[in-house]
Amino acid sequence: MIRLALTTLTMLLVIGRVIAADTLPPGVTIGDKAPDFSARNVDGKTVSLASFRNAKGVIIVFMANHCPFSTAYEDRIIALHKKYAPEGWPVLGISSSDATEEPEDSFEKMKERATEKEYPFPYVYDSTQAIAHAYGARRTPHVFLLHNTKTGFVVEYIGAVDDNPRDAEAVEQKFVENAIADLTHGTTPRQAITKAIGCTIIWKEQ
Amino acid sequence: MITLFLSLALLQIQLPSVKLNDLEARITAAPDTLFVVNFWSTWCKPCIAELPEFDDFHRMVSNKPIKVLLVSVDDIKDRAKTEAFIGKRNLVAEVVLLNESKPQEWINWVSPEWSGAIPATLFVRSGTGTRKIYETTFTSSDLRDTISANGWGEL
Repeated sequence: MIRLALTTLTMLLVIGRVIAADTLPPGVTIGDKAPDFSARNVDGKTVSLASFRNAKGVIIVFMANHCPFSTAYEDRIIALHKKYAPEGWPVLGISSSDATEEPEDSFEKMKERATEKEYPFPYVYDSTQAIAHAYGARRTPHVFLLHNTKTGFVVEYIGAVDDNPRDAEAVEQKFVENAIADLTHGTTPRQAITKAIGCTIIWKEQ
Repeated sequence: MITLFLSLALLQIQLPSVKLNDLEARITAAPDTLFVVNFWSTWCKPCIAELPEFDDFHRMVSNKPIKVLLVSVDDIKDRAKTEAFIGKRNLVAEVVLLNESKPQEWINWVSPEWSGAIPATLFVRSGTGTRKIYETTFTSSDLRDTISANGWGEL
């Protein structure tokens, strides 16, 4: 009887681990107030939504050093910042993967990557994964476009940078750029949610 | 002997490519079979790490109405690279290449609950209306536990 109970308990624990990743918090949806956060940038300074209070919006991109899909987008993310930061829409890179599981995603490695690639935008470390949970980020790269309104930052677009991860030259739809253009013209983004394949964020053991 | 070794080493395997419609038709055609469909890619480290686990599971359930399908989401233009990658691994479970180009459409066709993060594994048993996707890694015993806990199939 005790053995049976123990077996059942072990099974529950094992299943608990499997189901945990399946029941991650849903995060935000379009029109939601953007959750605030505070995280350390690779330059040592703390970044929060208040850091962007004078911007028209923020292009939040969940990224990961370890993920080839994310690094394939690096140049495009840098280009986005260079094009849109002067217009009031800077990029904020966030790395959330568990560095214990994936050493490539440690804060030290983030600093190296940011220096090597000369990131013109802040690249912050979500060490507790609280930001990824609050937003419902699942993969890298995963974009959350925030619009700065009278009532604060609002989530206006969730998804991919564009429609072609493999080949920047063959992109047909630049989702983030289209969304910014629509918001700038006072309308809601024509495509507010898109999906793309990406590396899962490496979650800490629950 | 050396010639044989060389010819084996140079053997290039060929993997079938499928459209999502074909895949969907296949996994819903046998109502009493549980399909365990794993979406993976050559560039995804946790995916590569769990491929042998799915293969072990496949061997364990070879006499059961459970079918493991390993679906590569690598770009179809990288077919040769994916085939070379699989050629180096002794997998018994079936591997196919997904030939779809608009992820913002086909990810939803697989499951509206799927964000597109991989590894992801879809469990389908059409006869009982079972259809569930997990964005997580599995070991072979995790697969067994998940199936038995949900009553999706006899192990």
